[in-house]
Amino acid sequence: MQFGILVNEGPYTHQASDTAYLFARTAIEKGHSVPRVFFYHDGVNNSTRLATPPQDDRNVSARWSRLAADHGVDLVVCVAAAQRRGINDDVLAPGFRISGLGQLVEMGIQYDRLVTFGD
Amino acid sequence: MSDMDDMDDGSGVIKKFMFLNRKAPHGTVYALEGLEVVLITAAFDQDVSMVFTDDGVYQLVKGVDSKGIEIKDFSKTYRALEGYDIEKLYVDQASMDARGLTEDDLIVDVTVLSVPEMANLMAEQDVVISF
Repeated sequence: MQFGILVNEGPYTHQASDTAYLFARTAIEKGHSVPRVFFYHDGVNNSTRLATPPQDDRNVSARWSRLAADHGVDLVVCVAAAQRRGINDDVLAPGFRISGLGQLVEMGIQYDRLVTFGD
Repeated sequence: MSDMDDMDDGSGVIKKFMFLNRKAPHGTVYALEGLEVVLITAAFDQDVSMVFTDDGVYQLVKGVDSKGIEIKDFSKTYRALEGYDIEKLYVDQASMDARGLTEDDLIVDVTVLSVPEMANLMAEQDVVISF
């Protein structure tokens, strides 16, 4: 089954991004595919490469980048939400790209399931 | 809320999208940014329904004045939805009752649904996005 994933909260304050990551990783391990993850609202803050969490903590953006590199997951950050929050191409971690809300709607149209992670 | 020209993912597929609005219009950004997604989805010629439940019913209440909090008042957008062919607006009866609201308090025409009716409507959808 093809899963689209929508992440609506930023890293560390909320668990949404962690749960979305674990869901995506597990779905792929189980033989499903996750062609794209869309980051909206404060979820765009998952995309910055400038975050430097303590070494004994998980690195949320790096973990997403690794998932993109290993499994070809398309990590899309909403341009309007990103611009409001100071996220641009200069700060993006590897594997992330900035695009429009149409990419979210396309997931709903094209994939078998669209799963939202947020409050 | 610009670039509302028709968009197309090339597949010609039309799915039933429900947007579940659960949050008050101000206090968090969900209502405003959620509206953006609704408008884009309509531009993709999808079958769009909007549901207002919990504090989300406050998004449709008449007389919102956000000047005091120095945040843009976007409530006019709900009245413009018809222009984007978004005409399926539903509110949850229990949420209205709990807040002392009736249809006369709202800025747009809506269909009021009971919880079982809402559950049936949700079950018919292909995609449910919750803000």
